[in-house]
Amino acid sequence: MKPVAFDHVAPVDLAAALDLLAERGTRAAPLAGGQSLVPLLNLRRVRPDVVVDLNHVVGLAGVRVTAGEVRIGAMTRLRVLESHPDVVAALPVLATAASAVAHPHVRTRATLGGSLCHANPAAELPAAAVALDARLVLRHRGGARVVPAAEFFTGPHTTVLAPGELLTEVVVPRVPELRFGFAELARPGGSGYPLVVALLGVAVEGGVVVAARAAAGGVAPTPVRLPGVEAALPGRRCTADDLSAGLATAPVDHAAGHRDAVLRSLLRRITAGLE
Amino acid sequence: MNGTARTARAEPRTSLGEHLRTALGLTGTHLGCEQGDCGACAVLLDGEPVCSCLVLAVQADGCRVETVESLARGDDLGPAQRALLEEHGLQCGFCTPGLLMRMTHARRTGAPASDVLGGHLCRCTGYGGLRAAVERHCAVEARKEDQP
Repeated sequence: MKPVAFDHVAPVDLAAALDLLAERGTRAAPLAGGQSLVPLLNLRRVRPDVVVDLNHVVGLAGVRVTAGEVRIGAMTRLRVLESHPDVVAALPVLATAASAVAHPHVRTRATLGGSLCHANPAAELPAAAVALDARLVLRHRGGARVVPAAEFFTGPHTTVLAPGELLTEVVVPRVPELRFGFAELARPGGSGYPLVVALLGVAVEGGVVVAARAAAGGVAPTPVRLPGVEAALPGRRCTADDLSAGLATAPVDHAAGHRDAVLRSLLRRITAGLE
Repeated sequence: MNGTARTARAEPRTSLGEHLRTALGLTGTHLGCEQGDCGACAVLLDGEPVCSCLVLAVQADGCRVETVESLARGDDLGPAQRALLEEHGLQCGFCTPGLLMRMTHARRTGAPASDVLGGHLCRCTGYGGLRAAVERHCAVEARKEDQP
Protein backbone atom coordinates (compact mmCIF):
# COMPACT_ATOMS: atom_id res chain seq x y z
CA MET A 1 0.00 0.00 0.00
CA LYS A 2 1.09 3.58 -0.57
CA PRO A 3 1.83 5.62 2.54
CA VAL A 4 -0.22 8.76 3.12
CA ALA A 5 1.39 11.76 1.46
CA PHE A 6 4.12 13.44 3.50
CA ASP A 7 6.84 16.03 3.03
CA HIS A 8 10.43 14.78 2.95
CA VAL A 9 13.13 16.95 4.48
CA ALA A 10 16.77 15.89 4.58
CA PRO A 11 18.80 18.30 6.73
CA VAL A 12 22.58 18.06 6.78
CA ASP A 13 23.17 19.42 10.25
CA LEU A 14 21.87 18.16 13.54
CA ALA A 15 20.61 21.55 14.74
CA ALA A 16 18.35 21.84 11.70
CA ALA A 17 17.00 18.33 12.28
CA LEU A 18 16.31 19.09 15.95
CA ASP A 19 14.62 22.37 14.98
CA LEU A 20 12.30 20.52 12.63
CA LEU A 21 11.50 17.86 15.20
CA ALA A 22 10.82 20.54 17.83
CA GLU A 23 8.56 22.54 15.54
CA ARG A 24 6.58 19.62 14.12
CA GLY A 25 6.39 17.50 17.31
CA THR A 26 4.33 14.35 16.90
CA ARG A 27 3.58 15.27 13.26
CA ALA A 28 7.21 14.59 12.34
CA ALA A 29 8.75 11.13 11.95
CA PRO A 30 12.55 10.83 12.04
CA LEU A 31 13.78 8.44 9.33
CA ALA A 32 16.97 6.50 10.05
CA GLY A 33 17.48 3.28 8.06
CA GLY A 34 13.78 2.96 7.31
CA GLN A 35 13.59 -0.77 7.99
CA SER A 36 10.94 -0.28 10.71
CA LEU A 37 9.47 3.11 9.85
CA VAL A 38 8.87 2.50 6.14
CA PRO A 39 6.85 -0.71 6.73
CA LEU A 40 4.76 1.27 9.22
CA LEU A 41 4.33 4.03 6.63
CA ASN A 42 3.40 1.46 3.96
CA LEU A 43 0.82 -0.04 6.34
CA ARG A 44 -0.41 3.47 7.20
CA ARG A 45 0.11 2.68 10.87
CA VAL A 46 2.18 5.89 10.98
CA ARG A 47 0.86 8.98 9.18
CA PRO A 48 3.34 11.84 9.60
CA ASP A 49 3.07 15.23 7.94
CA VAL A 50 6.82 15.33 7.50
CA VAL A 51 9.54 12.71 7.41
CA VAL A 52 12.82 14.09 8.73
CA ASP A 53 15.44 12.06 6.87
CA LEU A 54 18.56 11.73 9.03
CA ASN A 55 20.68 10.03 6.38
CA HIS A 56 22.51 13.21 5.40
CA VAL A 57 23.02 14.63 8.89
CA VAL A 58 26.75 14.98 9.45
CA GLY A 59 28.24 13.31 12.52
CA LEU A 60 25.50 10.84 13.41
CA ALA A 61 27.29 7.71 12.17
CA GLY A 62 30.54 6.13 13.22
CA VAL A 63 32.36 4.33 16.02
CA ARG A 64 34.81 5.90 18.46
CA VAL A 65 36.68 3.80 21.00
CA THR A 66 38.24 5.24 24.15
CA ALA A 67 39.91 3.46 27.04
CA GLY A 68 36.67 3.10 28.95
CA GLU A 69 33.88 3.07 26.42
CA VAL A 70 32.74 2.67 22.85
CA ARG A 71 30.66 5.54 21.45
CA ILE A 72 28.50 4.58 18.49
CA GLY A 73 26.58 7.09 16.41
CA ALA A 74 22.87 6.32 16.21
CA MET A 75 22.96 6.27 12.39
CA THR A 76 25.65 3.59 12.30
CA ARG A 77 24.36 0.86 10.00
CA LEU A 78 24.18 -2.68 11.28
CA ARG A 79 26.26 -3.78 8.31
CA VAL A 80 29.04 -1.57 9.66
CA LEU A 81 28.48 -2.46 13.31
CA GLU A 82 28.66 -6.22 12.75
CA SER A 83 32.04 -6.05 11.03
CA HIS A 84 33.68 -2.93 12.48
CA PRO A 85 37.14 -3.98 13.71
CA ASP A 86 36.92 -1.78 16.83
CA VAL A 87 33.50 -3.16 17.75
CA VAL A 88 34.56 -6.74 17.07
CA ALA A 89 37.63 -6.20 19.28
CA ALA A 90 36.07 -4.23 22.13
CA LEU A 91 32.46 -5.48 22.18
CA PRO A 92 32.36 -8.72 20.22
CA VAL A 93 28.93 -9.65 21.55
CA LEU A 94 27.47 -6.43 20.14
CA ALA A 95 28.84 -7.30 16.70
CA THR A 96 27.36 -10.78 17.04
CA ALA A 97 23.98 -9.39 18.08
CA ALA A 98 24.01 -6.97 15.13
CA SER A 99 24.84 -9.78 12.71
CA ALA A 100 21.83 -11.75 13.98
CA VAL A 101 19.34 -9.03 12.99
CA ALA A 102 17.10 -9.88 10.02
CA HIS A 103 19.06 -10.40 6.77
CA PRO A 104 21.98 -8.76 4.92
CA HIS A 105 19.72 -6.69 2.66
CA VAL A 106 17.99 -5.27 5.76
CA ARG A 107 21.26 -4.66 7.64
CA THR A 108 22.60 -2.64 4.69
CA ARG A 109 20.19 0.12 5.70
CA ALA A 110 19.13 -0.64 9.29
CA THR A 111 20.77 1.44 12.03
CA LEU A 112 21.57 0.93 15.71
CA GLY A 113 19.54 3.97 16.72
CA GLY A 114 16.59 2.90 14.61
CA SER A 115 16.52 -0.54 16.17
CA LEU A 116 16.66 0.86 19.71
CA CYS A 117 13.96 3.48 19.07
CA HIS A 118 11.66 0.98 17.38
CA ALA A 119 11.90 -0.91 20.69
CA ASN A 120 10.60 -4.28 19.65
CA PRO A 121 10.72 -6.27 22.91
CA ALA A 122 12.19 -9.34 21.19
CA ALA A 123 14.80 -7.50 19.11
CA GLU A 124 18.48 -8.30 19.44
CA LEU A 125 20.00 -4.84 19.90
CA PRO A 126 17.69 -3.52 22.64
CA ALA A 127 18.51 -6.66 24.67
CA ALA A 128 22.21 -6.15 23.95
CA ALA A 129 22.01 -2.49 25.03
CA VAL A 130 20.44 -3.55 28.33
CA ALA A 131 22.95 -6.37 28.84
CA LEU A 132 25.90 -4.05 28.18
CA ASP A 133 24.57 -1.20 30.38
CA ALA A 134 24.61 1.17 27.41
CA ARG A 135 23.80 4.84 27.93
CA LEU A 136 21.67 6.57 25.32
CA VAL A 137 22.26 10.22 24.43
CA LEU A 138 18.93 11.92 23.65
CA ARG A 139 19.15 15.38 22.15
CA HIS A 140 16.51 18.02 21.65
CA ARG A 141 16.64 21.63 20.55
CA GLY A 142 18.74 23.36 23.19
CA GLY A 143 19.70 20.39 25.29
CA ALA A 144 20.44 16.75 25.88
CA ARG A 145 19.99 14.04 28.46
CA VAL A 146 21.58 10.65 28.97
CA VAL A 147 19.34 7.69 29.77
CA PRO A 148 20.51 4.20 30.78
CA ALA A 149 19.25 1.54 28.35
CA ALA A 150 17.40 -0.19 31.19
CA GLU A 151 15.29 2.96 31.67
CA PHE A 152 14.88 3.81 27.97
CA PHE A 153 12.37 1.09 27.12
CA THR A 154 8.93 1.45 28.70
CA GLY A 155 6.89 -1.14 26.82
CA PRO A 156 6.45 -2.78 23.43
CA HIS A 157 7.49 -0.19 20.84
CA THR A 158 7.49 2.56 23.45
CA THR A 159 10.38 4.44 24.99
CA VAL A 160 11.00 7.55 27.09
CA LEU A 161 11.74 9.56 23.91
CA ALA A 162 9.63 12.71 23.97
CA PRO A 163 8.34 14.44 20.83
CA GLY A 164 11.20 16.54 19.49
CA GLU A 165 13.86 14.29 21.00
CA LEU A 166 16.34 12.29 18.97
CA LEU A 167 18.65 9.44 19.97
CA THR A 168 22.01 10.54 18.62
CA GLU A 169 24.61 8.33 20.29
CA VAL A 170 24.92 5.06 22.16
CA VAL A 171 27.70 4.89 24.74
CA VAL A 172 28.72 1.39 25.75
CA PRO A 173 31.09 0.91 28.70
CA ARG A 174 33.91 -1.53 28.00
CA VAL A 175 33.87 -4.46 30.38
CA PRO A 176 36.83 -6.57 29.27
CA GLU A 177 36.53 -8.75 32.38
CA LEU A 178 33.11 -9.99 31.24
CA ARG A 179 33.10 -12.60 28.50
CA PHE A 180 29.70 -12.62 26.79
CA GLY A 181 27.77 -15.08 24.73
CA PHE A 182 24.66 -14.51 22.61
CA ALA A 183 21.89 -16.86 21.52
CA GLU A 184 18.45 -16.51 20.04
CA LEU A 185 15.59 -18.63 18.82
CA ALA A 186 14.61 -17.34 15.41
CA ARG A 187 11.14 -18.05 14.10
CA PRO A 188 11.53 -20.61 11.31
CA GLY A 189 10.38 -19.31 7.96
CA GLY A 190 9.98 -15.78 9.24
CA SER A 191 12.41 -13.01 8.56
CA GLY A 192 11.25 -10.86 11.45
CA TYR A 193 12.14 -10.88 15.10
CA PRO A 194 13.28 -13.87 17.13
CA LEU A 195 11.00 -15.46 19.72
CA VAL A 196 13.54 -15.06 22.52
CA VAL A 197 17.02 -13.58 22.62
CA ALA A 198 19.53 -14.04 25.45
CA LEU A 199 22.89 -12.57 26.43
CA LEU A 200 25.01 -13.88 29.25
CA GLY A 201 28.43 -12.67 30.39
CA VAL A 202 30.70 -13.98 33.11
CA ALA A 203 33.87 -12.69 34.75
CA VAL A 204 36.10 -15.54 35.80
CA GLU A 205 39.02 -15.62 38.23
CA GLY A 206 40.92 -18.82 38.83
CA GLY A 207 38.28 -20.85 37.04
CA VAL A 208 35.47 -19.52 39.26
CA VAL A 209 32.76 -17.07 38.21
CA VAL A 210 33.08 -13.85 40.19
CA ALA A 211 30.40 -11.78 38.40
CA ALA A 212 27.66 -12.39 35.87
CA ARG A 213 25.52 -10.25 33.62
CA ALA A 214 22.40 -11.57 31.90
CA ALA A 215 19.64 -10.04 29.83
CA ALA A 216 16.86 -11.27 27.60
CA GLY A 217 14.40 -10.07 25.00
CA GLY A 218 11.06 -11.54 24.06
CA VAL A 219 10.12 -12.55 27.59
CA ALA A 220 8.61 -9.29 28.86
CA PRO A 221 7.18 -6.04 27.44
CA THR A 222 10.72 -4.64 27.34
CA PRO A 223 14.18 -6.21 27.23
CA VAL A 224 15.13 -7.11 30.79
CA ARG A 225 18.09 -7.94 32.94
CA LEU A 226 17.88 -11.32 34.67
CA PRO A 227 18.93 -10.66 38.30
CA GLY A 228 18.10 -14.22 39.34
CA VAL A 229 20.63 -15.55 36.84
CA GLU A 230 23.19 -12.90 37.73
CA ALA A 231 22.94 -13.91 41.41
CA ALA A 232 23.04 -17.66 40.79
CA LEU A 233 26.29 -17.92 38.84
CA PRO A 234 29.00 -16.28 40.98
CA GLY A 235 30.86 -18.93 42.95
CA ARG A 236 30.24 -21.58 40.30
CA ARG A 237 33.14 -23.09 38.43
CA CYS A 238 33.24 -21.92 34.80
CA THR A 239 32.38 -25.27 33.28
CA ALA A 240 29.31 -25.97 31.17
CA ASP A 241 28.06 -28.46 33.77
CA ASP A 242 28.50 -26.23 36.78
CA LEU A 243 27.08 -23.15 35.03
CA SER A 244 24.10 -25.21 33.86
CA ALA A 245 23.56 -26.42 37.40
CA GLY A 246 23.56 -22.79 38.53
CA LEU A 247 21.08 -21.83 35.85
CA ALA A 248 18.77 -24.72 36.75
CA THR A 249 18.09 -23.25 40.19
CA ALA A 250 17.99 -19.60 39.09
CA PRO A 251 14.66 -17.86 38.92
CA VAL A 252 14.24 -16.46 35.41
CA ASP A 253 12.06 -13.71 36.83
CA HIS A 254 10.01 -12.75 33.80
CA ALA A 255 9.27 -15.49 31.33
CA ALA A 256 6.20 -17.66 31.49
CA GLY A 257 5.24 -20.86 29.73
CA HIS A 258 7.23 -22.00 26.76
CA ARG A 259 9.32 -18.83 26.57
CA ASP A 260 10.71 -19.68 30.00
CA ALA A 261 11.85 -23.03 28.63
CA VAL A 262 13.30 -21.38 25.52
CA LEU A 263 15.18 -18.79 27.56
CA ARG A 264 16.67 -21.44 29.85
CA SER A 265 17.69 -23.46 26.83
CA LEU A 266 19.37 -20.43 25.21
CA LEU A 267 21.24 -19.59 28.42
CA ARG A 268 22.45 -23.20 28.66
CA ARG A 269 23.59 -23.02 25.05
CA ILE A 270 25.60 -19.87 25.86
CA THR A 271 27.26 -21.45 28.90
CA ALA A 272 28.61 -24.23 26.70
CA GLY A 273 30.53 -21.57 24.76
CA LEU A 274 31.74 -19.75 27.88
CA GLU A 275 33.44 -22.82 29.33
CA MET B 1 20.27 3.43 -13.27
CA ASN B 2 21.89 0.21 -14.58
CA GLY B 3 24.78 2.30 -15.83
CA THR B 4 22.71 5.08 -17.42
CA ALA B 5 21.78 8.41 -15.84
CA ARG B 6 17.99 8.64 -15.55
CA THR B 7 15.91 11.52 -14.24
CA ALA B 8 12.33 11.15 -13.06
CA ARG B 9 10.32 13.01 -10.45
CA ALA B 10 8.91 11.14 -7.47
CA GLU B 11 6.49 11.99 -4.70
CA PRO B 12 8.22 11.62 -1.30
CA ARG B 13 5.95 8.71 -0.38
CA THR B 14 6.91 6.67 -3.45
CA SER B 15 9.17 3.71 -2.71
CA LEU B 16 12.22 3.10 -4.85
CA GLY B 17 10.64 -0.14 -6.06
CA GLU B 18 7.45 1.54 -7.18
CA HIS B 19 9.42 4.32 -8.82
CA LEU B 20 11.47 1.82 -10.81
CA ARG B 21 8.33 0.10 -12.04
CA THR B 22 6.08 3.08 -12.76
CA ALA B 23 8.25 6.10 -13.55
CA LEU B 24 11.24 4.32 -15.09
CA GLY B 25 9.35 1.43 -16.70
CA LEU B 26 11.67 -1.19 -15.19
CA THR B 27 9.10 -3.78 -14.19
CA GLY B 28 11.61 -6.56 -13.58
CA THR B 29 11.73 -5.62 -9.88
CA HIS B 30 8.74 -7.16 -8.10
CA LEU B 31 7.07 -5.67 -5.04
CA GLY B 32 5.71 -8.38 -2.75
CA CYS B 33 5.08 -7.72 0.93
CA GLU B 34 6.34 -4.12 1.04
CA GLN B 35 7.45 -4.78 4.62
CA GLY B 36 10.96 -6.13 4.09
CA ASP B 37 10.00 -9.77 4.64
CA CYS B 38 9.85 -11.39 1.21
CA GLY B 39 12.99 -10.15 -0.55
CA ALA B 40 11.38 -10.07 -4.02
CA CYS B 41 12.14 -6.36 -4.45
CA ALA B 42 15.86 -6.50 -3.62
CA VAL B 43 18.05 -4.29 -5.80
CA LEU B 44 21.61 -3.05 -5.43
CA LEU B 45 21.92 0.52 -4.19
CA ASP B 46 25.47 1.81 -4.57
CA GLY B 47 26.49 -1.81 -4.86
CA GLU B 48 24.78 -3.03 -1.66
CA PRO B 49 21.58 -5.09 -1.52
CA VAL B 50 18.49 -3.31 -0.17
CA CYS B 51 14.75 -3.89 -0.13
CA SER B 52 13.54 -1.37 -2.70
CA CYS B 53 10.19 -1.27 -0.90
CA LEU B 54 11.90 0.18 2.20
CA VAL B 55 13.93 2.91 0.52
CA LEU B 56 12.13 6.04 -0.63
CA ALA B 57 12.73 6.90 -4.26
CA VAL B 58 13.92 10.36 -3.22
CA GLN B 59 16.60 8.72 -1.06
CA ALA B 60 18.12 7.11 -4.15
CA ASP B 61 18.72 10.51 -5.74
CA GLY B 62 22.27 10.48 -7.07
CA CYS B 63 22.84 6.81 -6.21
CA ARG B 64 23.81 3.93 -8.45
CA VAL B 65 20.92 1.47 -8.77
CA GLU B 66 21.24 -1.99 -10.30
CA THR B 67 18.20 -4.11 -11.06
CA VAL B 68 17.53 -7.48 -12.66
CA GLU B 69 17.39 -5.76 -16.07
CA SER B 70 21.16 -5.27 -15.86
CA LEU B 71 22.04 -8.97 -15.67
CA ALA B 72 21.59 -10.24 -19.23
CA ARG B 73 23.42 -8.94 -22.30
CA GLY B 74 20.72 -9.15 -24.93
CA ASP B 75 19.72 -12.81 -25.07
CA ASP B 76 22.82 -13.93 -23.15
CA LEU B 77 21.83 -14.60 -19.58
CA GLY B 78 24.11 -13.55 -16.74
CA PRO B 79 25.75 -16.12 -14.47
CA ALA B 80 23.15 -15.96 -11.68
CA GLN B 81 20.35 -16.35 -14.22
CA ARG B 82 22.06 -19.34 -15.82
CA ALA B 83 22.50 -21.00 -12.42
CA LEU B 84 18.78 -20.63 -11.61
CA LEU B 85 17.81 -21.93 -15.05
CA GLU B 86 20.11 -24.94 -14.89
CA GLU B 87 19.11 -25.95 -11.35
CA HIS B 88 15.37 -25.34 -11.78
CA GLY B 89 15.55 -22.57 -9.20
CA LEU B 90 12.34 -20.88 -10.23
CA GLN B 91 8.80 -21.57 -11.31
CA CYS B 92 6.46 -18.57 -11.23
CA GLY B 93 9.35 -16.13 -11.15
CA PHE B 94 7.93 -13.67 -8.64
CA CYS B 95 10.76 -13.98 -6.11
CA THR B 96 13.41 -14.39 -8.79
CA PRO B 97 14.56 -10.78 -9.44
CA GLY B 98 15.38 -10.08 -5.79
CA LEU B 99 17.20 -13.36 -5.41
CA LEU B 100 19.20 -12.76 -8.58
CA MET B 101 20.45 -9.45 -7.23
CA ARG B 102 21.46 -11.08 -3.93
CA MET B 103 23.28 -13.84 -5.82
CA THR B 104 25.04 -11.25 -7.96
CA HIS B 105 26.13 -9.29 -4.89
CA ALA B 106 27.25 -12.45 -3.07
CA ARG B 107 29.59 -13.52 -5.85
CA ARG B 108 31.06 -10.04 -6.24
CA THR B 109 31.83 -9.85 -2.52
CA GLY B 110 32.77 -13.48 -1.96
CA ALA B 111 29.89 -14.00 0.50
CA PRO B 112 29.08 -17.65 1.22
CA ALA B 113 26.03 -19.30 -0.35
CA SER B 114 24.56 -19.78 3.12
CA ASP B 115 24.18 -15.98 3.44
CA VAL B 116 22.04 -15.62 0.34
CA LEU B 117 18.72 -17.44 0.73
CA GLY B 118 17.69 -15.97 4.09
CA GLY B 119 15.08 -13.26 3.65
CA HIS B 120 13.88 -14.52 0.28
CA LEU B 121 10.52 -16.25 0.30
CA CYS B 122 9.73 -18.63 -2.57
CA ARG B 123 6.40 -20.41 -2.69
CA CYS B 124 7.11 -22.60 -5.73
CA THR B 125 10.41 -24.41 -5.52
CA GLY B 126 10.55 -25.70 -1.96
CA TYR B 127 14.04 -24.15 -2.04
CA GLY B 128 15.75 -27.33 -3.29
CA GLY B 129 16.51 -25.97 -6.75
CA LEU B 130 17.16 -22.53 -5.35
CA ARG B 131 19.72 -23.81 -2.89
CA ALA B 132 21.47 -25.83 -5.58
CA ALA B 133 21.57 -22.78 -7.87
CA VAL B 134 22.92 -20.47 -5.17
CA GLU B 135 25.58 -22.99 -4.14
CA ARG B 136 26.65 -23.54 -7.74
CA HIS B 137 26.76 -19.80 -8.36
CA CYS B 138 28.71 -18.89 -5.22
CA ALA B 139 31.22 -21.73 -5.69
CA VAL B 140 32.74 -19.78 -8.59
CA GLU B 141 34.94 -16.75 -8.01
CA ALA B 142 33.78 -13.41 -9.37
CA ARG B 143 34.88 -12.65 -12.92
CA LYS B 144 34.30 -9.88 -15.41
CA GLU B 145 30.71 -10.82 -16.23
CA ASP B 146 29.78 -10.43 -12.53
CA GLN B 147 30.71 -6.76 -12.45
CA PRO B 148 28.22 -3.99 -13.21
